[in-house]
Amino acid sequence: MSAEFTNIKPGGSIASLDLGEIWKYRELLYFLTLRDIKIRYKQTLIGVAWAVLQPVLTTAIFTVIFSTFARFDTGNTPYALFALSGLIIWLFVHTSISLASTSFVNNTNLVTKVYFPRLIVPMAASLATLFDLLFGVGILVILMFYFGVVPTTQLVVAPLFIFIALILAVAFGTLFSALNVRFRDVKFALPFMLQVWMIASPIFYPVSLLSEKWRLVFALNPLTGILDGFRSALFGEPFDWQLIGVSAASLVVLTALSLLVFKKMEDKFADLI
Amino acid sequence: MQVIKAENLSKRYVLGSRQPYSLREMLTGLFTSSDESERALWALRDVSFTVDEGETLGLIGHNGAGKSTLLKILSRITKPTTGTAAISGRVGSLLEVGTGFHAELSGRENIYLNGAILGMKRVEIEKKFDEIVAFSEIEAFLDTPVKHYSTGMYMRLAFSVAAHLDPEVLIVDEVLAVGDVGFQRKCLRKMRDVGESGRTVIFVSHDMQSIARLCRRAIWLKDGQLKSDGEAKHIVGEYLHEQSRTGAEKIWEDEMPGNEIVRLRAVRVRSESGELTSSTDIRRPVMIEMQYEVLESGRVLVPHVQFNNEQGTPIFIAHDWNDGWREREREAGVYTSVVTVPGNFLSEGTVFVTVGAATYRPHQIHFTERDAVTFNVIDSPDADAARGDFAGPMPGVVRPVLEWKTDRP
Repeated sequence: MSAEFTNIKPGGSIASLDLGEIWKYRELLYFLTLRDIKIRYKQTLIGVAWAVLQPVLTTAIFTVIFSTFARFDTGNTPYALFALSGLIIWLFVHTSISLASTSFVNNTNLVTKVYFPRLIVPMAASLATLFDLLFGVGILVILMFYFGVVPTTQLVVAPLFIFIALILAVAFGTLFSALNVRFRDVKFALPFMLQVWMIASPIFYPVSLLSEKWRLVFALNPLTGILDGFRSALFGEPFDWQLIGVSAASLVVLTALSLLVFKKMEDKFADLI
Repeated sequence: MQVIKAENLSKRYVLGSRQPYSLREMLTGLFTSSDESERALWALRDVSFTVDEGETLGLIGHNGAGKSTLLKILSRITKPTTGTAAISGRVGSLLEVGTGFHAELSGRENIYLNGAILGMKRVEIEKKFDEIVAFSEIEAFLDTPVKHYSTGMYMRLAFSVAAHLDPEVLIVDEVLAVGDVGFQRKCLRKMRDVGESGRTVIFVSHDMQSIARLCRRAIWLKDGQLKSDGEAKHIVGEYLHEQSRTGAEKIWEDEMPGNEIVRLRAVRVRSESGELTSSTDIRRPVMIEMQYEVLESGRVLVPHVQFNNEQGTPIFIAHDWNDGWREREREAGVYTSVVTVPGNFLSEGTVFVTVGAATYRPHQIHFTERDAVTFNVIDSPDADAARGDFAGPMPGVVRPVLEWKTDRP
């Protein structure tokens, strides 16, 4: 007999997050992520090219519109580079949340036929999207060479902001995946919410566009700090720690709330789905 | 040693709860537990039992009796509303074959994915990979997406992965009904091996024969409650007895079948020890008893019985030829005729007994009562029955133990 022991109790209470359980099932997380990546590109005509085309084309459109007509001041950074750096993070967060939100509905048989920590399903969807981000980073590097931008030592901090973006994607992906099990209208509301969120985030405009006072209000949107920090790391500009701090604090609160909602609903997934 | 201990497990489903509540209700619901007592359905109610290490437990009951709910609770897919259960040892549950299989992925990729979903470690899958492939017989198509597989190939691969899961406690739901007959046989053998290797198995099936064959003990769930718990053959017999419209005994109080010469009063199935029984071990004899009243003296009467199987196929007909009553005219009065069917003769399954009485020269049928009683013949997993060590389906309406002699010239 192994030392394994299972205790089955009524649900309903807000239990601990049980990260140990997720660690125990890390291989399942790996295989589900791998599956999501493979499937996504197997069924498409030009496969992985989508991961490249999407940010490139959007950047091109933004560059034409905003650097020609609106003329946003992006300091020493060429606008195309500025837009692309923001876009790859945004596209990652956006795709990640969209895919995670339908992850349970698309994996009904997994939820109703096997046990595993449920959090793994939306997590796998987010991790699989990270694969797209790799291509985005590749284009970014090429574009930096093209514009002759020489990175400073600050570049080493850039992955940290990608990691924070991943936390944001997992938190919201998890929240909407759970809500989608119960309220199928999430499917219609989410694209709209994401659109509003995109406009409210400094993706195609710089934070400096906002007055000092409004900046901190905008920083409540975790994406503000992530984008600003990521760009500062890439282009060797001074970090706005106040802005990043507010965003980080906001992210901690939002993540906690998302997981709370998830934990509360998790026990009933198999009965509802 | 106790491996599973379930105490007062109950599960309540709220009907119509798929309908969304308002956002406000949901938010307040985060901090209080909501009261949903209306329109509730208890799928499981106060079910308690224990399972010892190495036991193979069968779970039977009608659809909606709570079998699936119980399996889902024990597999941790859903939580009980009240009650607790404790399981020691690694649990593997197979509620479906091929859970998480993806049509776009190759056989090889699906083996890894499905293995991980069932709770296998990657090193374990790697170690058993060749065995899994060999068992599934799909070597040549290992790198083909499973969407190009035939249903049979798909099922074989899916079952192979599941069969190589190596838990200490295995929970299986009706997954044996897959593939062709040959593969089913292989699966049943595998199931039996698992049971015999000292692991604990909980097995749900609608096939009473496999329950009786694979399990020593069975639990019968009825309307969410535990109806009985005991020796598998016994429980299966009880269950089938309730299932069939008629049972081991039929008594006519009035409107007795028959005519002015003879009327049928009762028909019973008895074991060799004389007790009423609705099931019999395939190796044991079974007796059919007819009670009838002769109203008019001076006739020769021949009682007879006909045995049909579940498919309605006649197994045989027997007349009372060899008794002293064959040529003897009967006095008025109540008679009881008993016919004994030997053990190791009928095949497993439900047997329907038709009884009748006739007079010949001149020919007259006094009554024929179709499917008056039924009983179940339960095959034995022990090697002294005709089945021997074979675990698969055995066709045929009879299953005698014959004498074999093999010479080597």
